[in-house]
Amino acid sequence: MDDNTQQRLRLPMRARVATTVGSAAATVSRLAGKGDGSVIGGIIGLRLAPDLLSLLAAGRQVVLVTGTNGKTTTTKLITAALAPLGGEIASNIYGANMEAGLTSALSRAPDARVAVLETDEKYIPAMVKATQPKVVVLLNLSRDQMDRAAEIWLLARRWREALGSAPGCRVVANADDPLVAWAASSAQQVTWVAAGQRWREDSWCCPHCGAHLQRNGDDWSCKECGHRRPPVSWILDGDEVIDPTGRPTRLDLALPGRANRSNAVIALAVAEAFGVHISQALGELRKVTSVAGRYTQVQRRGCDIRLLLAKNPAGWLEALDVMAPAPTPILLSVNAQGPDGRDTSWLWDVDFRRLRGRHVLVGGERKLDLAVRLEADEVAFKLVNNIDDAVDAALTVARNLEVLANYTAFQQYRVALGRVQ
Amino acid sequence: MNPNRTLRLVWVYPDLLSTYGDRGNALVLERRAKLRGIPAEIIEVNSDQPVPRDGDIYLMGGGEDLPQTLATKRLVADGGLHAAAQNGAVVFAVCAGYQMLGTEFGGADDMPVQGLGLLDMRSGRGEKRAVGEIVAHVDPVLNVGQLTGFENHQGVTRLGPHARPLARATLGTGNGDGTEGAYAGRVLGTYLHGPALVRNPNLADLLLHWAAGPLPPLSPQSEELVTRLRAERLAAVTTP
Repeated sequence: MDDNTQQRLRLPMRARVATTVGSAAATVSRLAGKGDGSVIGGIIGLRLAPDLLSLLAAGRQVVLVTGTNGKTTTTKLITAALAPLGGEIASNIYGANMEAGLTSALSRAPDARVAVLETDEKYIPAMVKATQPKVVVLLNLSRDQMDRAAEIWLLARRWREALGSAPGCRVVANADDPLVAWAASSAQQVTWVAAGQRWREDSWCCPHCGAHLQRNGDDWSCKECGHRRPPVSWILDGDEVIDPTGRPTRLDLALPGRANRSNAVIALAVAEAFGVHISQALGELRKVTSVAGRYTQVQRRGCDIRLLLAKNPAGWLEALDVMAPAPTPILLSVNAQGPDGRDTSWLWDVDFRRLRGRHVLVGGERKLDLAVRLEADEVAFKLVNNIDDAVDAALTVARNLEVLANYTAFQQYRVALGRVQ
Repeated sequence: MNPNRTLRLVWVYPDLLSTYGDRGNALVLERRAKLRGIPAEIIEVNSDQPVPRDGDIYLMGGGEDLPQTLATKRLVADGGLHAAAQNGAVVFAVCAGYQMLGTEFGGADDMPVQGLGLLDMRSGRGEKRAVGEIVAHVDPVLNVGQLTGFENHQGVTRLGPHARPLARATLGTGNGDGTEGAYAGRVLGTYLHGPALVRNPNLADLLLHWAAGPLPPLSPQSEELVTRLRAERLAAVTTP
């Protein structure tokens, strides 16, 4: 009998029953076409055994990944980077990132000794307590669906309190985000990564004392209270990563954009904490080409379509950075269902002026909100009703189309295009 | 105002008071002025800079409790906004900025904080957060009609005798007593958060009128999209 089987058998009977019933429910949900089945199993399991998550996490090496943007991608990249360890890795790859989703991910992989779990920002304190993680990854903090997300200074304070009382845990944190750095600095062990910060509109002021921060390139400091950018051991420098020995290596990722290079450097720092060497880990990161449909290329009637998902101003800023140049048309699409946030105000935080002169198509259930926004930035556009309308319009000027959509708008296109991965 | 002089739109403290699309108010005012041939510029003033006293319209956005308190203290110490308001400048504030205009508001841990005192009103914390679409009928004297917007706050505001309610809420919470927003002279605030002027062009034009005098109407073509957006949002909340 190996250690894993022993561990599974060490689970109390009620926990074993709870995982079995939960996974049966997940299978039914998948077969019924209700979704990925990644939440329902956890919900049922937790109802039968409220401490199921701690029971399932016990004895495993858990990584929790959080931040406003890049959670899903970074979770996938860390999972890839840890592949050289061998053996199964538990992960919630479909983005079910609250307690039920984490519980499902662990119960689906009873033999996995390592778990990499995307975690909703608000749930970090509770999930740190429940899973006793080996590593917590803090990517960034910026304004996000304000009608349901917590305010970010408040969130940073809760992270800070939670990490200050988790002595066994290593934090891997982005030193270039002042809010993240303040939250992480309460932890006993921190690996600081210079992962960059493209969006700065939420961190002009010191999270500790409120004074306007001094900024000089990537460096930042508060002259009132002394809070400053900590010394870093990993650096993202253009297309290269500089490791803690000071050696530069080209990243050469298949995934596009600065944000993903930033996520990859974070993944390398986590891999190091598990003893995986940068050269091995990087080889795995380069194989990742899409993440749950994001960055996927699909063909529709002779038009090459690339799908990008972004949910808030910081995400849209990074996504607009990776758009193919003119004459490639761009479809922007926004919904305002529950998961998107019902408030479209955030569109006014995105600077669209760079799209002037491009072929811009506008879709989604809230296309008029987006249209009025683009009009104010003097960006010409055409309204479209669905992906085929957009393809028709795109084919008049090019053979390809870039699509940028927020959460449910993205899922609608993904379904229309055949549930692409 | 001399029609050739540039209209100065002063965005107060975007480093502290800009949580969700607040830039939209400055952009809408700039667009609607320029469409009428009135030159306009947006001046962003951070909390480590002096607030200019010669602006035409001052804009204040939303913010979390701590930034709201810090911004208030700095504005009182700076004095620029008060001087401009006393000289007849227009002040338009939303959400946390709106609460700051009063004599008192509830800060972090619900401790009362002294406000800017530009409107006769006090705000405190309500029992539950008001989040969602809001519709309100503006005081007929102002000739603005119906407001449509989104609110996201936990404030309760009571007006004193020297401030008038901006509107009567027919959907949503507003001030918490059936009224929504407040105004006195050319100082006006609302719980409609973020880019409140986007869906309310008549309110934007009221502010421009106060600052620049009577305005010619815009062409139906330049109003088409916002008219459709307003109709869509109002229909979405009134039809079940």
